[in-house]
Amino acid sequence: MTQLLLFNITNGLIIGAFYVLMAIGLSLILNLSNVINFAHGGFLVVGGYIAYTLEPYLGFWGALIVSPFLTAIIGLAVEKTLISRVYGRDPLYSLLLTFGLAFILEDGTRVIWGANGKPFTIPAALAQPLSNQFFFITSYRLFMVAVVAVTIVLLFLLLRYTRAGVRIRAGTLDLETVSALGVNVRALRSLNFAVGIFLAGLSGVLAAGQLGLEPTMGAGLLMPSFIAIIVGGVGSLTGTLVGGLLIGVASGVTAVFFPAASEAIMYVLMAVVLLVRPRGLFGEEGMLT
Amino acid sequence: MKQLLKLEPRRKVAALAAIWAALMAAPFWMPLLGGYTALGTRVLVLGLAAMSVNFLLGFTGVLSFGHAAWFGIGAYGCGMILKYIALSTPLGILAGTLAGGIAGAVLGALIVRRRGVYFAMVTIAFGQVFYYIAFQWSSVTGGDDGLRPFYRQPLHLGVATLDILNNAVAFYYFVLVCFALAVAAMAFILRSPFGRTMLAIRENERRARFLGIPVELHIWIAFTLSCFFMAYAGSLYALVNNFADPRGLHYSQSGDFVMMAVMGGMRSFWGPLLGAVVFVVFQDYVSSITINWQIFIGFLFVLVVLFFPRGILGAIRRTVVAS
Repeated sequence: MTQLLLFNITNGLIIGAFYVLMAIGLSLILNLSNVINFAHGGFLVVGGYIAYTLEPYLGFWGALIVSPFLTAIIGLAVEKTLISRVYGRDPLYSLLLTFGLAFILEDGTRVIWGANGKPFTIPAALAQPLSNQFFFITSYRLFMVAVVAVTIVLLFLLLRYTRAGVRIRAGTLDLETVSALGVNVRALRSLNFAVGIFLAGLSGVLAAGQLGLEPTMGAGLLMPSFIAIIVGGVGSLTGTLVGGLLIGVASGVTAVFFPAASEAIMYVLMAVVLLVRPRGLFGEEGMLT
Repeated sequence: MKQLLKLEPRRKVAALAAIWAALMAAPFWMPLLGGYTALGTRVLVLGLAAMSVNFLLGFTGVLSFGHAAWFGIGAYGCGMILKYIALSTPLGILAGTLAGGIAGAVLGALIVRRRGVYFAMVTIAFGQVFYYIAFQWSSVTGGDDGLRPFYRQPLHLGVATLDILNNAVAFYYFVLVCFALAVAAMAFILRSPFGRTMLAIRENERRARFLGIPVELHIWIAFTLSCFFMAYAGSLYALVNNFADPRGLHYSQSGDFVMMAVMGGMRSFWGPLLGAVVFVVFQDYVSSITINWQIFIGFLFVLVVLFFPRGILGAIRRTVVAS
């Protein structure tokens, strides 16, 4: 029993780490541009399929590195042509716009790559289980966690020590002042959006290795990211990080006792957090409320 | 905008008469345009749902992106009564409306302090709870296959029996009466002092608060009322299809409702109905010619947001004012 519980906690942490990667991208965009990017799941799928297309030429490692950049470029183009037009308007419009984009991306992948699922091969070294004795965890899952950890640490370092990163953080708190200080807010938002989509693309490649590819996979992964952000508190990236891990573990542990509720528990957690601490665990009063 | 609210009464009465005349005669003129009565009934119900979303969005300024949940609960509530408990159409509608409305009232109390994007996000996430319940709890809800079989029951009106099950035209008029009742209630609420307060909150929440209006309470009541209307529409939708679909609770359905409201014109009372007509007919058409119809819906969203943010009625009014 203890072993089973331990296994599921570890498993939950791994899944949580994956949610974090996706949610952080969503959170970045939400914090700076006040846009809920419904199309985030769509970009995830695009990232996965691009990696699938590249793999025969570049191999797994090449695809893992190149695909997120290509996805970010697509994201940048979409931001420049469409999303930047609704900044400053009622959030209703950015919601509807990204909602429409999600449809277009999902159906677009279906048109290009077909409606049926596609396998995504991972290196044999990563596909083996680590140990059959204790838990059945493939090294791919640990690899995923390592990639997520390195990415998140890099992201936090960038936000802390580079000029653009500091500006993004300042813009999250008060974009008007940042703009008044002579920072090109348009460019800052575009860069920030591209970084967010880069993370979505990376999540897509990682997810493809674990789950295979399907045009609808993005929409299913979107909701946990939402919950991670709400639980952690809107406006705080640390909050999103903690929120993602927390819901991962919660659903992992619930899977031991009551498998049917492993999805529902995330929502219960969210309801409890909203009741006890409406701004979320790390949210600051006044942020986007 | 303000001058428009005072459009001369004569014109308003004429417009109202035209709308109702068109709705009442729909079974006669629709086949001429290539429509069919069941499509008209569906438009009417979805239009009512879009108007319920707009009751909150357009008149209180609160964006809920999870309203499909209340719509779906209404549908399941109505269907379960008909399937498991009693073969009575009115009882089904009543139960569905109450179930969705009460669920909305409880969750509304939890989220009413949030605003803007945050409110939208929380409503989406909570709406999904009900989607998962409908999807997972297959022994009761039928899971992925939806709730079936159940059938709307003939109405016993004392002297006569109205066979709404087999007679599509009779069912259309039954739905039209239900629609009229809800729309009258909405119009009555919007004209009341409470409705005026909703507008005040929409226009300037801070000022409303300074005037001593308990803003949270008002938003909660508006939210709850909107949920009741939504669940009512949902119950009717279960009767339209004789089927309750888990996808009817999904957030993409909420997005469709918001789209109908915005596309028709969310600052006008009848806009969402017009939006529903355009949306449902468009969806019906593109899904009949291609399997990748979703991409067209996606482009429709993008086009409306970029070029018709005020919706069809909003655009027409602007031209009227300009000329």
